[in-house]
Amino acid sequence: MKTENYLRLTQFYQNYATVVDQANWSAWLDMFTDDCIYKVQARENYDRNLPMAALSLTSKGMLQDRIYGITETIFHDPYHQLHMVSSPLILSESDTGIIESQANYTVLRTKNDGIAEVFNVGRYLDRIRITQDSIKLESRLCIFDNEMILNSLIYPI
Amino acid sequence: MSHENRIPMTHVWEHEDTSRIPFWAYTDEDIHKQELERLFYRNHWCYVGLEAEIPQPGDFKRTVIGERSVIMVRHEDNSIYVVENVCAHRGMRFCREKHGNTKSFTCPYHQWNYDLEGNLQGVPFRRGVKQEGKAKGGMPKDFKTSDHGLTKLLVAERGGVVFASFDHDIESLEDFLGPTMLSYFDRMFNGRKLTLLGYNKQRIPGNWKLMQENIKDPYHPGLLHTWFVTFGLWRADNRSELKMDQHFRHAAMISTRGSGGKDTQTTNVSSFKESMQLNDPSFLDVEVEPWWDGPTAVMMTLFPSVILQQQVNSVSTRHIQPNGHGSFDFVWTHFGYEDDTPEMTERRLRQANLFGPAGFVSADDGEVIEFSQQGFEQKPFHRSLAELGGKEIEDTDHMVSETLIRGMYAYWRKVMGV
Repeated sequence: MKTENYLRLTQFYQNYATVVDQANWSAWLDMFTDDCIYKVQARENYDRNLPMAALSLTSKGMLQDRIYGITETIFHDPYHQLHMVSSPLILSESDTGIIESQANYTVLRTKNDGIAEVFNVGRYLDRIRITQDSIKLESRLCIFDNEMILNSLIYPI
Repeated sequence: MSHENRIPMTHVWEHEDTSRIPFWAYTDEDIHKQELERLFYRNHWCYVGLEAEIPQPGDFKRTVIGERSVIMVRHEDNSIYVVENVCAHRGMRFCREKHGNTKSFTCPYHQWNYDLEGNLQGVPFRRGVKQEGKAKGGMPKDFKTSDHGLTKLLVAERGGVVFASFDHDIESLEDFLGPTMLSYFDRMFNGRKLTLLGYNKQRIPGNWKLMQENIKDPYHPGLLHTWFVTFGLWRADNRSELKMDQHFRHAAMISTRGSGGKDTQTTNVSSFKESMQLNDPSFLDVEVEPWWDGPTAVMMTLFPSVILQQQVNSVSTRHIQPNGHGSFDFVWTHFGYEDDTPEMTERRLRQANLFGPAGFVSADDGEVIEFSQQGFEQKPFHRSLAELGGKEIEDTDHMVSETLIRGMYAYWRKVMGV
């Protein structure tokens, strides 16, 4: 991989963390291709090849609908997210600009009146399309280790 | 001291009926311990899993009944056994894997070994050790392995769903459910083999009964779950029925999605937006299935341990696993049927986005349960109100009633002796 592309990739991962931490949902949507996949799935299901996921969005329209849900319809306790994302491990890179990579993440949740708690830990398994002037997610699987989701998971991680 | 400030030392149900529910029913640890004994460990069939989770001989799944760890396992002769996950020797919870395949169970501490029915097969050093021609130590002569098996549970299986009971003097599963519930149970589990799609698990910091109540409460879906209403999946005037078993412990909320238009009068939701359309309508790409035989949604609460969900094409079991009076784990097992097309499987998976800990309409349920518990804890001398539709306990042909909650507490009072 070209050094320049690796730098762009690491910036992309850190930018993603910043965007979701700031609840900047239009910027979050912009980080995906139109025919994208976004899933949040328990490691148990992933390891056993069971398709069920806590969130399984298979088009950009679904991502938009999810944002509408979390901003307009789902009642929930307000909270902040803080992501710590490791530097990416490159798994493969194709001549056509497709990178397969992964990174570990930790999400801390802080509720109003509360203190930060470990909310979700896992790894991103990604397929990323990189061109001269853009870098976008074709697919992001968030495979989480937690046996139990702490009550509810509202925002994208 | 005013009456309101007294925290009751003995639990007295002060109201004449169950249209008021005292908060101590949710906040008292002694009450919780009694509930485990009387509702989960005695006289009630509790959900343990689906046959499809253990398809091969030797397959096992670790789960819980109430707060006791148990193992559901398939024997070589294909029958299913459920044993308690506590070694007969020193009491260790020996099984640590969540699932797997085995020929026998062994407690690693002292290698006590049990067959899949829970019978003790052998213990190391039973005859002691031989030193200078003499046997030293070991178990006494009158030690019988047959006296020291794992605790065995009674097992009932129907339509691919497995229930178990610590109590061997229990009525049949069919009698436990009663004819009305049984007919809805058999509608969903009609003999076709189930296919396992996977799990969703959440820890909800609230009393476990609140989840039963949530699914016995048709008042909230059109009000809390704005998503349902916004996208036309719920109307207060949908054709619907509320039904109970003869003891009022189990219930079914049965509804059929209407074809009429949406308007604010029937929804009562102020944020309702007539023009809202999904960007990707495949979330609600519903296909009517022959087995529905009418209703588009049937939500069954089987007291105390499980909820059976059919919401259009999404089918699941929701297992209630208490841990203390103020918290429970809620385990969703999503499944399909052996004759599902790949498109139907996709449809079930897509519609599952509505449910579970991240679901468009279920995430809010976990949240309101958490905040209800907070309210109970801060004024345990107070009570909640369940008076919609009157004070009676009766089946209805509409959704504007809290009768199922009143019914559940009438049964609860009888069993708990309060």
